[in-house]
Amino acid sequence: MDIYFPIAEISLNALVLLAMGGGVGLLSGMFGVGGGFLMTPLLIFSGVPPAVAVGTEANQVVASSVSGALAHWRRGNVDIKMGVVLLIGGFAGSTAGVWLFTWLRELGQIDVVIAVCYVTFLGIVGVLMLIESLRTWMRSRKPGGARRKLHTHTWMHGLPFKMRFRRSKLYISALLPLTIGASVGVLSAIMGVGGGFVMVPAMIYLLGMPTSVVVGTSLFQIIFVTANVTFLQSVNNQTVDVLLALTLIVSSVIGAQFGTMIGVRLRSEHLRGLLGLVVLAVCLRVAWDLVAVPDSLFSLGIGGGH
Amino acid sequence: MRARLVTPALWAALWAGLAQSLFAAPAAATPLVADLSSRQIEITTGFTGTSLLMFGAIDGAGDVVVVVRGPRREVVVRRKERIAGIWVNGSAQSFESVPGYYFVASSRPLADIASEATLDRLQIGTGRVHLPAVGSVPPARAKAFRTGLVELKQVQGLFSIAPSRVSVVDGRLFRADLTFPANVPTGAYTADVYLFRGGEVIGSTRTTLAVRKAGLEATIFDFAHKHSAIYGIIAIMIALFAGWLAGAIFRKV
Repeated sequence: MDIYFPIAEISLNALVLLAMGGGVGLLSGMFGVGGGFLMTPLLIFSGVPPAVAVGTEANQVVASSVSGALAHWRRGNVDIKMGVVLLIGGFAGSTAGVWLFTWLRELGQIDVVIAVCYVTFLGIVGVLMLIESLRTWMRSRKPGGARRKLHTHTWMHGLPFKMRFRRSKLYISALLPLTIGASVGVLSAIMGVGGGFVMVPAMIYLLGMPTSVVVGTSLFQIIFVTANVTFLQSVNNQTVDVLLALTLIVSSVIGAQFGTMIGVRLRSEHLRGLLGLVVLAVCLRVAWDLVAVPDSLFSLGIGGGH
Repeated sequence: MRARLVTPALWAALWAGLAQSLFAAPAAATPLVADLSSRQIEITTGFTGTSLLMFGAIDGAGDVVVVVRGPRREVVVRRKERIAGIWVNGSAQSFESVPGYYFVASSRPLADIASEATLDRLQIGTGRVHLPAVGSVPPARAKAFRTGLVELKQVQGLFSIAPSRVSVVDGRLFRADLTFPANVPTGAYTADVYLFRGGEVIGSTRTTLAVRKAGLEATIFDFAHKHSAIYGIIAIMIALFAGWLAGAIFRKV
């Protein structure tokens, strides 16, 4: 059953798309991640123009982060003040990111930049996850291992504009969350992801936020950043396909519910190790397309006053 | 609206009508009449490509060639180069008025129908479409990029690789199936029918054809381009609602 998608301008099999959405939803429910970093490459592999894949995915991530953020909100796991500061950075970063995206698209280099970003970030995050899960697994075998210090002072704590974040029990410079928010915002615009896979480690290791509020706060700000990306991509590039986004939203929310059920039955270090492997597999697949000799050395674009 | 099937009955009626107009008229009239089974292709949700029927009648012997040309626009061709191990778009070359679609069908091999000069003048055959390079570029460079452009269009199914068949019945009636892939560009098309005799064109007709998005597809596409800000806001609203709804439904389960 093929559906013609008006913005992507191709026909795709609806059942394949639903399976993709469900599968990525399942993984995102299992591992508690947004899934954008898996869905965007999958869309590109199935023939959706990379620019449309990125714009549409940003739209889908809005939906998946809303249901996640609401669940965390009810449990009081959102640090609003931190979220808002991250968000200010995120708005600036994602706006700059969409501008960069438009410029690269006119140069004809956007596809390769998207691919390089994916290889870099999926590679780093996948390797880190594998190492982390192996370490935890080894430590659990011999008990009494070293515990991480709760709070360490570094040069970052000497920065000006200090703010108190009660919910996170932190007194740090506002410049830190602003910078993190802005960097993730740029990634969000170029890669069509929520950026949780970068945001969450940054909140834990750079800001030192308590793990309980990290996911909720990250999801909270992702809603607004991806909404901003959706809006700006629609206005600047007309690359958001609502029909495609809706197909993916429906299947992924259902997949995510089943994923969550499976996720609670698995041990966290196993989960992280598995996710690391999935991430690395996608990374290698994207990298292959970059280095393999292409079928055709030529590509077409629309010329003239564009 | 997948295959636009012409039933045998309709087909017979079409031909009967045509034959009447051709043969009942004074003999000196046009040596060629032709028509298209539809003047419009609508791209809707289920669109996976379509085919139209070009049919008609010729007066006396001759070869029939059908050429369909899509809307012309400037196209930029980029050549990939290997930089630090990865393939990156390198130098680019623009071409003026490149047809978005080019289809050719003939009753005999083109080389047997007319001389190279005639075919080239009429731009009949994929290799003979005139694609002028923008700016003053060395001919070798223009040629390399032009070849790349034509090959890509052929891979995309938008340029004919070899002429399709025009079947001629009793030396009088002809028909050709014109195929359009799912990625056919929208815009105004022309379908030309040429009648050759002794290597010269002795008659031709031109039919126009519109390819457009229709239904929900057209609405979404137009809205995204004409009211992009409102489109963006609606896209966000849909996503927010869907996310909230999913959360609400599954919380109760």
